[in-house]
Amino acid sequence: MKYLDEYHDPDLAARLLDEIRDIVTQPWSLMEVCGGQTHTIIRNGIDQLLPDAVRMIHGPGCPVCVTPLEMIDRALAIAARPDVIFCSFGDMLRVPGSERDLFAVRSQGGDVRVVYSPLDAVQIARDNPDRQVVFFGIGFETTAPANAMTVHLARREGLRNFSMLVSHVLVPPAITALMESPTRQVQGFLAAGHVCAVMGMREYAPLVERYRVPIVVTGFEPLDVLDGIRRTLVQLEEGRAELDNAYPRAVSMDGNIPAQAMVRDVFTTVDRAWRGIGLIPDSGWALSERYADFDAERRFDVSTIRTQESAVCRGGEVLQGLITPLECPAFGSVCTPRGPLGAPMVSSEGACAAYYAFRRLDAPAGAGHGGGP
Amino acid sequence: MSGEPLDIEGWTCPAPLRDSPTVLLGHGAGGRLTAELVEHLFVPALGGDATALADAAVVDVDGVRIAMTTDSFVVRPRWFPGGNIGALAVNGTVNDLAMVGAVPLYLTAGFIVEEGLETEELGRLSAALGAAAREAQVQVVAGDTKVVDRGHGDGVYITTTGVGLVPAGVDIGPTRAQPGDAVLVSGPIGVHGVAVLSVREGLEFGTEIRSDCQPVSSLVADLRTAGIDVHVLRDPTRGGVAAALNEIAGSSRVGVEVVERAIPVPDEVRAACGFLGLDPLVVANEGKLLAFVPEHQADEAVAVLQANPRGAGAARIGRVVAEHPGVVVARTGIGGTRVVDLPLGEQLPRIC
Repeated sequence: MKYLDEYHDPDLAARLLDEIRDIVTQPWSLMEVCGGQTHTIIRNGIDQLLPDAVRMIHGPGCPVCVTPLEMIDRALAIAARPDVIFCSFGDMLRVPGSERDLFAVRSQGGDVRVVYSPLDAVQIARDNPDRQVVFFGIGFETTAPANAMTVHLARREGLRNFSMLVSHVLVPPAITALMESPTRQVQGFLAAGHVCAVMGMREYAPLVERYRVPIVVTGFEPLDVLDGIRRTLVQLEEGRAELDNAYPRAVSMDGNIPAQAMVRDVFTTVDRAWRGIGLIPDSGWALSERYADFDAERRFDVSTIRTQESAVCRGGEVLQGLITPLECPAFGSVCTPRGPLGAPMVSSEGACAAYYAFRRLDAPAGAGHGGGP
Repeated sequence: MSGEPLDIEGWTCPAPLRDSPTVLLGHGAGGRLTAELVEHLFVPALGGDATALADAAVVDVDGVRIAMTTDSFVVRPRWFPGGNIGALAVNGTVNDLAMVGAVPLYLTAGFIVEEGLETEELGRLSAALGAAAREAQVQVVAGDTKVVDRGHGDGVYITTTGVGLVPAGVDIGPTRAQPGDAVLVSGPIGVHGVAVLSVREGLEFGTEIRSDCQPVSSLVADLRTAGIDVHVLRDPTRGGVAAALNEIAGSSRVGVEVVERAIPVPDEVRAACGFLGLDPLVVANEGKLLAFVPEHQADEAVAVLQANPRGAGAARIGRVVAEHPGVVVARTGIGGTRVVDLPLGEQLPRIC
C-alpha cells in the first residue's frame, strides 16, 4: 500500500541496519524527540536491532505525557462541572491527574467526549448553545495550527460558549534545556518531522551551531527512523554537526507559512512546566491577549489549582538518559502504567513503560538496551 | 540488565478496583480492566475459577457435556456495514459456544427496547436475528421483551444465551496450549472494529470496510471432522487478537510468539489503524477464530480452514513457546521484536 509498504520493507531495513553497523566505531547516544518516533521504535523493535553501541534515549516529545500534572488537575476540575462538555484527543483521557483521570470524571457524570479534530468541538459548541464546550488544546507545534484555527473560528463566529484549555509545548526550547544540562548525554537529535512540517527547519540551525550537535529532521515510518539514525551517526563519526533533512517528502526549510501565521495570531510564548522535567523557559504557547476571552483557565477560574509533581519520581533524569528506569525508587512499586507518577510511565512508549513491558519477558533479549540506557 | 528482580505477579493487578470507585467504560472493553472486574468482583460473588475462563462453560448433565454461554449486545450504531445488532447477537453467542468445541443448538433472545424505537426497525432487526440463526443452524427457542423509558436505553440492547453439545472426545479449552503448538487465524483481522468505528465516528476511508460478522461454528466442525487435535480456540472479539492471545498465554502458562507479517491485515484496516494510531492486533473481530493446534497438524489445519469460505483467508501466524510464560511477543515487520500487551481498556486514538 502506498506510503505504508515502501517504508516498512524488511530488506531495505536490513540494508540500513547493515550500513549503521558499518558506520559505528564507538558508543553514541541519540535522542528521538517525538513520541511518534518512539512509538515506531518500540512498535517495530528497532531499539533491539541497532548495534549495542547505539543508545536511543526516548525524548520528552509525547505531548500527552509531558502535560503538567497541574494542568491535568485543572482539566479534571473543568470537565467535572455540570455545565461543561469537555472535548479532548483520545489518549489524554487516560492520563492521571492527582486523584483521577478523565475516564473517571466521565464515569462520575462528567460529559467528556473524544474528538478527532478540534473543529469537532466547535461544532459541538454550535449544537449545544446552552452548554459550555471546552477543548483541551495540547500538543507540540504539530497540533497548534488546527487548535489556533479553531479558536480563530470561534472568535469570528462569536461563539460565547466555546473555550480552550491550552497547554502547548515547543521542541526547540526542550532541546536547549537538554543541551544546557551539565550532565547532558545526548550527542545527536532526530528532530520531529511533523513539527518541522509546520515550523520549517530554520529554528534548529542556531541549536546545531551553538551546541555543535547534529540534528536530523526525521519521519515516522520504520525506514524513516532508521535513515534518520543512520544520517546522524554518519555525522557523528565524521565529526560533523549539521542540520539535515531525512524527511524531505514532508518538510521544507520554511515550513507551512500560513499555518505559522495562524499560530502567531492566536498564541503567545510562555514559560511552561513539563511533567517529570520541570519548568522550561519560553517552552510553551498560551492564548494571546487578543483571544483571552476563549481561555478556559480564565473562564472557569482554575488558576488557583496548584499541584506539586511527585518528589519521588526521577522521570526527568530518565528522559535525559542520566539513569535507567530501574534506578528510580518508584519504578514498578508506586509507579506503574496503571498508576504512573511521571511522564515516561504515562505513555506506553515512555522509557519507563517500555522497560516495564519488557521486564515481563524472562528472556533478556531486547531488555539489555533500547527501552532506555 | 541490572536491578533487583521484580515481582511480576504483583504487577499484573496493581490495586485492583480500589482505584476505581465507579465503573468505567473500559471495564466493558474486554481488556485488563474487564479481567479485573471479573476476577475481583464477579468471581468472588458468583464462584468459579477466574484463571481459566473460557468463552463458554462446559457442564456435565447426566454424562452429557453441555456448553452454555451468554452475551449482551449494545453496539452503536445498530446497523453497520456488513452487519447489525441482530446478526451480531446470534453470531457472538454461537461463536462463543463453538470456541469450546461445542455444536451450537439453541438460543434465547432478550430484547431491552427503548421507548420510541420504530416498530419497523425492531422488525427488521428481529428478521436479521432470525436469518442469522438459520444460517448458523441454531434455533431460537425462548425470548423476552422489556421496554424502558425513553433516554434509559440506546434504541435496543439484545442478550442471547446459547446452549450446545460438546461431542465426545473433544477437549478444547484455554489452559490446553502447549509449547510447540502452532497458532492459526481463520482470516483477515480487524475489519469489524474498523467498520463500526468508521460509521460511529463518521470517518471516511475511501473504501467501505464491511464487518466480518459471521458464525465460525462450521470451521470448528470442519477441523473436528478432519481429525485435528485442536487444543485451544478463541474468537478474538473485544480487545482483538492481542487480548485473546494474552488470555490464552496466561491461562496456559505459556509464551506466544507471533510473526506480524504472517498476520492477514487488509490494506483498509492497516490504513485506518495507521491514521487513528490504533494497533490492528487490538481491533475487534466478529467472525474469526484463533486456533492452537499441534505443530504436525498445522498445515493440514490451515488447509481445512481455507477450504471453507468462512476461513478462506486462514493463515498460520505464530507458535507457542515455553519461554516467557504469560507474555505474547511479536516479530515485527522489519525483524525486531515487541511485547504485545493486553489492552488496558478502551482503545484510544493517539495524538502523535
